Amino acid sequence: MSLNEFLPLAVIASSLLPGLIIFVLPERYLALRTALNLLGAIAKIVFIAMLLAGVQAGEDYGFRHAIAPGIELVFKADALSLLFITLSAILWLLTTFYAIGYLENAPHRSRFFGFFSLCVTATMGIAMAGNLFTFFVFYELLTLSTFPLVAHRGTPDAKQGATVYLAYTLTGGACLLTGIIWMNSLAGNAEFVHGGFAATIGDGHETALRIIFLLLIIGVGVKAALVPLHGWLPKAMVAPAPVSALLHAVAVVKAGAFGVVRIVDEVYGAEFAQSLGLLLPLAIVAAVTILWGSLRALAQDELKKRLAYSTISQVSYIVLGIAMFGSLGTIGGLVHLVHQGVMKITLFFCAGNYAETLGIHKISEMDGVGRRMPATTAAFSIGALGMMGAPLTAGAISKAWLVDGASAANMEWAIWVLTASSLLNAAYFLPILWRAWFRPLPVAWPEEHIPRRKWHETAWLLLLPPLITGILTVALGIFPDAEISPLTWACFIADVEYQALPK
Amino acid sequence: MTENIALIGVFTVPLLWATLAFLLGPGRGAFVAITGSVVQLFLALILARSVLVDGPLNHSTGGWGAPLGIDLYVDGLTAAMLLLTQVVALPIFVYARSYFAPGAHAARHFWPLAGFLIAGMNALYLANDIFNLYVTLEIVGLAAVALIAAGGGAGQVAAALRYLFAALLGSGAYLLGVALIYGTYGSVSIATLTPLIDVAAPRVVSIAALLMFAGLMLKSALFPFHYWLPAAHGGAPAPVSALLSALVVKAAIYLCLRLWLGPFAPLVQAAAWLPGVLGAGAILWGSAMAIRTPRLKLLVAYSTVAQLGYLFLAFPLLTPGAAVLGAVTLQAIAHGLAKAAMFAAAGIIIHSTGRDAVAEVAGVAERLPLTLFAFALAGVSLMGLPPSGGFLAKWLLLDAALNAGHWALVAVIIAGGLLAAIYVFRVVRQAFLNLPEELADRQKHTGRPVPRVLEWMAFGLAAASVLLGLFSVDLLKLIAVGNPL
Amino acid sequence: MTSELLFAVTGVILFAIGAAGTILLANLLRRVLAFNIMGSGACVVLVSLAQRNGIADPVPQAMVLTGIVVAVAATGVALALTRRLHQLTGECETTSSVEHD
Repeated sequence: MSLNEFLPLAVIASSLLPGLIIFVLPERYLALRTALNLLGAIAKIVFIAMLLAGVQAGEDYGFRHAIAPGIELVFKADALSLLFITLSAILWLLTTFYAIGYLENAPHRSRFFGFFSLCVTATMGIAMAGNLFTFFVFYELLTLSTFPLVAHRGTPDAKQGATVYLAYTLTGGACLLTGIIWMNSLAGNAEFVHGGFAATIGDGHETALRIIFLLLIIGVGVKAALVPLHGWLPKAMVAPAPVSALLHAVAVVKAGAFGVVRIVDEVYGAEFAQSLGLLLPLAIVAAVTILWGSLRALAQDELKKRLAYSTISQVSYIVLGIAMFGSLGTIGGLVHLVHQGVMKITLFFCAGNYAETLGIHKISEMDGVGRRMPATTAAFSIGALGMMGAPLTAGAISKAWLVDGASAANMEWAIWVLTASSLLNAAYFLPILWRAWFRPLPVAWPEEHIPRRKWHETAWLLLLPPLITGILTVALGIFPDAEISPLTWACFIADVEYQALPK
Repeated sequence: MTENIALIGVFTVPLLWATLAFLLGPGRGAFVAITGSVVQLFLALILARSVLVDGPLNHSTGGWGAPLGIDLYVDGLTAAMLLLTQVVALPIFVYARSYFAPGAHAARHFWPLAGFLIAGMNALYLANDIFNLYVTLEIVGLAAVALIAAGGGAGQVAAALRYLFAALLGSGAYLLGVALIYGTYGSVSIATLTPLIDVAAPRVVSIAALLMFAGLMLKSALFPFHYWLPAAHGGAPAPVSALLSALVVKAAIYLCLRLWLGPFAPLVQAAAWLPGVLGAGAILWGSAMAIRTPRLKLLVAYSTVAQLGYLFLAFPLLTPGAAVLGAVTLQAIAHGLAKAAMFAAAGIIIHSTGRDAVAEVAGVAERLPLTLFAFALAGVSLMGLPPSGGFLAKWLLLDAALNAGHWALVAVIIAGGLLAAIYVFRVVRQAFLNLPEELADRQKHTGRPVPRVLEWMAFGLAAASVLLGLFSVDLLKLIAVGNPL
Repeated sequence: MTSELLFAVTGVILFAIGAAGTILLANLLRRVLAFNIMGSGACVVLVSLAQRNGIADPVPQAMVLTGIVVAVAATGVALALTRRLHQLTGECETTSSVEHD
């Protein structure tokens, strides 16, 4: 097996093997479990670094395995895959640290970390899928491996949340399967290719292709939380904070958005999709989701629920960007995939910190928390400002590209949507910040689990990850054009897709 | 030469150890059974390899060929079903050895009866004339009935009797069909009959075909003839249920396939939609009952009714030129492995909690994680979710249905997967729930500790059904050998 | 009507009577009897339809012998189970409910 075949498999194996071993470890082997987790995460990052270097130099990385006559599992690590993989791997490493701290002394940690690793494996598989069959296999694997994480706490609420989650995702999966098989019967078992393969099918199938597009988008749209398929996301907040961080920044929603990118750009091809008139409805659905998510966020008092609705809204920025015909919009969408991930995970880490340290679950309980937990609240503020698109944050960069893309695609109404969304973001984040920094401290916190000791506001493992991602948010905002930044990479990808250089 | 020995051995070895087990009693009987099964598995592998390399195999027992002697025939389909039978039987026997408490009444009769059951099934897969098929079908039926009733109470005996009469009715109809065929053509050999029967065959042949298929539908519990299955499979001890749901019903379906693709191929095209409709009915009714029942083993039994519907759903697609035989066989094999695993896991859960109820599954995620994992993996294959064998079979079936333009079939297959998800996750969700106090107290009195080997057997079967989804290129090649399509 | 056709029709009628009895009767012993009649009917059809040019054909007669053996075995199992059910419940009929004990 050559290096070009080995590396994609190694990326998958680096979380699959530790996960399988962790499943059979008894609860008390804490050190071994931690070591396996970290080893796997670091190994993965090493492999990904090798892939990044290679892909930039123009190398091809892929692996095939025949399942049945005419059906193959195809892995292909191209530029688009690496965007998603790098984000996932780095955030997985941070979330692993965070989860170790968060679940200290909690029951069933072996089970948790086992499924955690499986979840990341599935995400890697989705990112590197080279055809619709492989994509579907790992997409459903993601559903199956995240279910036990949502149900982890074992309470009736957890059971409810997990049930709703399954109902939505399995139904979406059924639509996706129908669409994929139909597409395969028309196009043979074609693989993802820049510019799409649907145009090669020949004439006379326009209606079928439109319906297939609808089915495919419903299938990935459930995970991407497009309205009206978003109902599972707020209910899934019942899971522990590391799970919410993982679900909302890294795995599930991004997998859905990534699916939209693959379908629009590499199954249909942006030009063909535009000629079928598919991009405009998609953009409208994305716009509705952006506004609806933000409006609902305003009404929530529970912090995690507000962040959930904010996610629903923000992920559709990506979909909107992809639906804008033209390289600028695509770049905006792709770079927001990374930036939103980093910013959102910061917010969820902080929310978890508040809950774990002080028992705070509601925004109304957050008065003056900035003085009790300044570092955490600073990170939270950076994340929130990024969501609003404030200058010097990563959010500003992606928003700028999206706005440019909208005017290039003659979709001025999208600029209004984006502006309105920024204002709504401000409307639901600024009050939180004001409360946290400027209101007087309450008499007592709901449940102080971790007392304050001098500078030490909470456990180190809980504090460092959000600080790191917060700094990253600012760094991405200040140095967008650095050689290894997401923006540069996104331009690289769009370059290949549209065959035209952006400004 | 070795293939012929393997061919004969694969049904004489179980007869041998069944007799030995009867003479030796349950303790040593278990040992003999497991050894015999290992040998059988080995022989089945030899046969499969020979078919893959050299093509279909013919053998006349005693040197006397048809029409007077008994012909045995191994093509890809036969070899695959033989493999399924041995691969499921071996872990279930290991499971049964630890499952039955020492001295249990059921254990005394389990080993010889299981041996006759396996012998009958292996002979059935090998037979190449319709009368011999009747004999082996009867052997399998009687052994299955006896297994259900062995050592059980009134409920089990009543369920066994209901099954017995259904089986006898079915094989009686089948025998009448054989009689009519012989009367028309003077032969019972499938190889002779297949070229003789064409579209212009006399009406009595169609009646014979109808009788035979009706009888087989009764024996394979196709909706609406399924009434005997839930009580029989749901009431029997777990290893027995596993053998029945995984293997015995497959024998009748295999027969339907053989007749459909062989002698009666020209006659059935007009009525090809009927198994499809009945299959859809089975999926819907079976899933609905599985979703509602409060008992765990009954849930799995109703799931069998539903999953058998999938197999019949594929019959309208078995037109000449379609590569659907591989998909149907793969579905049968994946289901066999998954169902055996599921019954094994259910048996462990009931053993541990002392009660057969879905509500009592709460807390299993904590106490019996391996068992729950086995149940969930088996469920993944039943639901047709990747990366399992069930998923691959579903994909191939959907592909064939789309290419043939059968949109209704596509909808039913997809809906069936979602319905299966509902009842599988009923159990899995419940397992993640923390055990409430009252149940914990009660289970301390009624539950028993679970030997590890039970869990590993269940897990092994479930893992096999999932891995089938990744490594079935050779299996599909095998099934295609001698494929009449 | 030739003798073979007469026998064949008789066989079919016997089969039908036996099948109806197996399905519709409630008492287990009677159902066993009905099943035996059904089997005999099939055997009569087999023997009668299988004359070739006036010469008796041995193959179906061998098949009928096998069939009789099978029927005896099945009857044995059925009777043993009926006796056991009677021992356990004192009844000679199966109830139709599925979800009990």
